[in-house]
Amino acid sequence: MTAPAESGVVELTYREAIREAMREAMQRDPRVFLMGEDVGRYGGCFAVSLGLLEEFGPERIRDTPLSELGFTGAGIGAAMGGMRPIVEIMTVNFSLLAADQIVNNAATLPHMSGGQFNVPLVIRMTTGGGRQLAAQHSHSLEGWYAHVPGLRVLTPATIADARGMLAPALEDPNPVLIFEHALLYNVSGELRPEELPVDISSAAIRRPGSDVSLIAYGGMLRHALTAAEQLAAEGIDAEVVDLRVLRPLDEPRILESVTRTHRAVLIDEGWRSGGIAAEVSARIMEGAFYELDAPVARVASAEVPIPYAAHLEQAALPQVEEIVTTARALVRGDAAGSGAATDG
Amino acid sequence: MPSLGADMEEGTVVEWFVQPGDTVARGDIVATIDTDKAEIDVEIWQGGVIEALLVEVGRKVPVGTPLATLSSEGATPATPSPVAPTSEAAPAPPPAPAVPIAAPAPPPPPPVAPVAPPAPAPAAAVAGGRPRVSPLARRVATQLGVDVSTVAGSGLGGAVTKADVERAAGQPSEAAPASEGPTAPPASEAVGTPSEGADRERAASIQRAVGVAMARSHREIPHYYLDTWIDMSAAMRWLENENRQRPVRERLLYSALLLRAVALAVHEVPEVNGFWRDDRFEASGPVHLGVGVSLPDGGLIAPAIQDADQLELGELMAALRDVVQRARGGGLRGSELTSGTITVTNLGERGVDTVFGLIYPPQVALVGFGKLVERPWAEDGMVGARLQVHASLSGDHRASNGHRGALFLAAIDRLLQQPEQL
Repeated sequence: MTAPAESGVVELTYREAIREAMREAMQRDPRVFLMGEDVGRYGGCFAVSLGLLEEFGPERIRDTPLSELGFTGAGIGAAMGGMRPIVEIMTVNFSLLAADQIVNNAATLPHMSGGQFNVPLVIRMTTGGGRQLAAQHSHSLEGWYAHVPGLRVLTPATIADARGMLAPALEDPNPVLIFEHALLYNVSGELRPEELPVDISSAAIRRPGSDVSLIAYGGMLRHALTAAEQLAAEGIDAEVVDLRVLRPLDEPRILESVTRTHRAVLIDEGWRSGGIAAEVSARIMEGAFYELDAPVARVASAEVPIPYAAHLEQAALPQVEEIVTTARALVRGDAAGSGAATDG
Repeated sequence: MPSLGADMEEGTVVEWFVQPGDTVARGDIVATIDTDKAEIDVEIWQGGVIEALLVEVGRKVPVGTPLATLSSEGATPATPSPVAPTSEAAPAPPPAPAVPIAAPAPPPPPPVAPVAPPAPAPAAAVAGGRPRVSPLARRVATQLGVDVSTVAGSGLGGAVTKADVERAAGQPSEAAPASEGPTAPPASEAVGTPSEGADRERAASIQRAVGVAMARSHREIPHYYLDTWIDMSAAMRWLENENRQRPVRERLLYSALLLRAVALAVHEVPEVNGFWRDDRFEASGPVHLGVGVSLPDGGLIAPAIQDADQLELGELMAALRDVVQRARGGGLRGSELTSGTITVTNLGERGVDTVFGLIYPPQVALVGFGKLVERPWAEDGMVGARLQVHASLSGDHRASNGHRGALFLAAIDRLLQQPEQL
């Protein structure tokens, strides 16, 4: 992180932005603490919490055993007891070990207690592929959690959201899941002071356009923006929508964009079948059917466990070229790349 | 600019009746449009507050051009840009700028791709089914009065898109594809050269517009024709008596009897009343009777008498007078030009015996009447002179057939034999 210039603009990585957000939260509120596998002495398996143990000590930066069920449950208990825990789970794949705590306890307790208990818990985890870590570390299961009432699901895709989403997430009396795409950690960018604070309820138009809406989130936002640049060179003016929040979806802004462009390509690193893109697509059909000038198209991961081999992994994940081809087909009517499903 | 008939390509705003800030309700008349054929009052189809008038008085713009912007409470309407007729809604102001994340070096492209990327969907064949039309295009087509079944699609899988519909609304003659067969669309005959005088130019323009609609009718509608003589002596006797009891201003013309008979006969054969759209017949509940009216400058127009079957003779006569007068003098409403469900044309006053008419699309039937004439009529082995009129039916064979058409003409005949019940 470079020192702030006079304008207050700082250059930092996505990883540093999250670390700064945690540091600020812990400085501001003594109830905030971080717990998870290797978050302390090792500095986090993605080095997000590097240096925090030295700064805040072992009481607030707690290394846990390899037991997602156990430490997530501990986090829920701490939250119910008045703390503001940040639980880090290494990857969304491993969060399935804690799915019972997240889905059956964290999401339900405020409801089942008739509002007598809050669960102001934040769970951070990485998601996504592209790093040759094979199927057990590379999946994008955030859409599963977006299915569950009682949870708020955030997918920061920009430096500002990485820096700004944690604070309002800790303010939320309900459990909030933050999904950090592993390929974004090293990405750096400028953060301007006026970009903060951010909300955790709205989608954002990252690039205005008039011909087609490219709707993406998390790691796929970069692909969508790159695709929009390539489409612009062909004379197609694509709008890029960053969902930001997968639950609850910002339906008005999604419909507003489609109403403007009359076409939508949904880009989802999850699998096509039953994915979050399917939900967004259905919302568009329900709310903007008579605005559609072409079928809603999806660009999603191939329906296979994400492969280890680099070329296979790249072939399985959504790529810019496919987004461009799909969007072009919707706008120009070419038959190629119409986003048809090949289901596994 | 609404399409005030299948043949309209452009229109001129003659007068605005609203100003920005005015609140309007559905059905209010907001402007008068000169369509080349007549000056028509245009209604608005949605309530709200007028935001801006985009087309000034005197300017001629293609069908489909936004004329004004309307805001409705509680909604966030897209604001059409006044720049170009087909321009999209202006994009909303960009939200707070986001920091675009610079992409790290992209991974090398895969040398081979054993996992096949999703195969492109083969464009589902339109094998005789419902035509592919995007929901937006269908909506816009309804607004512009464009028959989507005549529009060539340029979208995904050959689907008709909004742009296709707008193109069709702007240039109906070129947009109509030869979808029904390989024959080239007949060129609308140029009628004289519009070389001298605006009148002549205008007449040519009208003739061209009529030509486009009729060329489409002739090309696409499989017409069948039936005709019959109708004995009018009972009707004319009744009319003479009836008119003696009526004030001069309320006297009836025999045309009113013919219209009344047609409007009632429709109830017995509903297949002749409605529209052919999207490859199927849409029956119409209401009977809006289009009446062919020749204009002083040589044009032809067919405004509709709304709910003609609900009007008793005196009301029908008044409605006929009103609509003819307004057709010739101005003041027709746009909806009156597009709402007809069946058309009647009476060329008797021009001295012809028989009419073989072309149906006005998307309607499915046209009834023609010739002149009222005294001719020999044989009945019960006797020949006598009777007042007669020749009635013909042009029917769309996709919606009805000769048998049903014959029943329809017979019903008109039967009704006219009992004029006191009309």
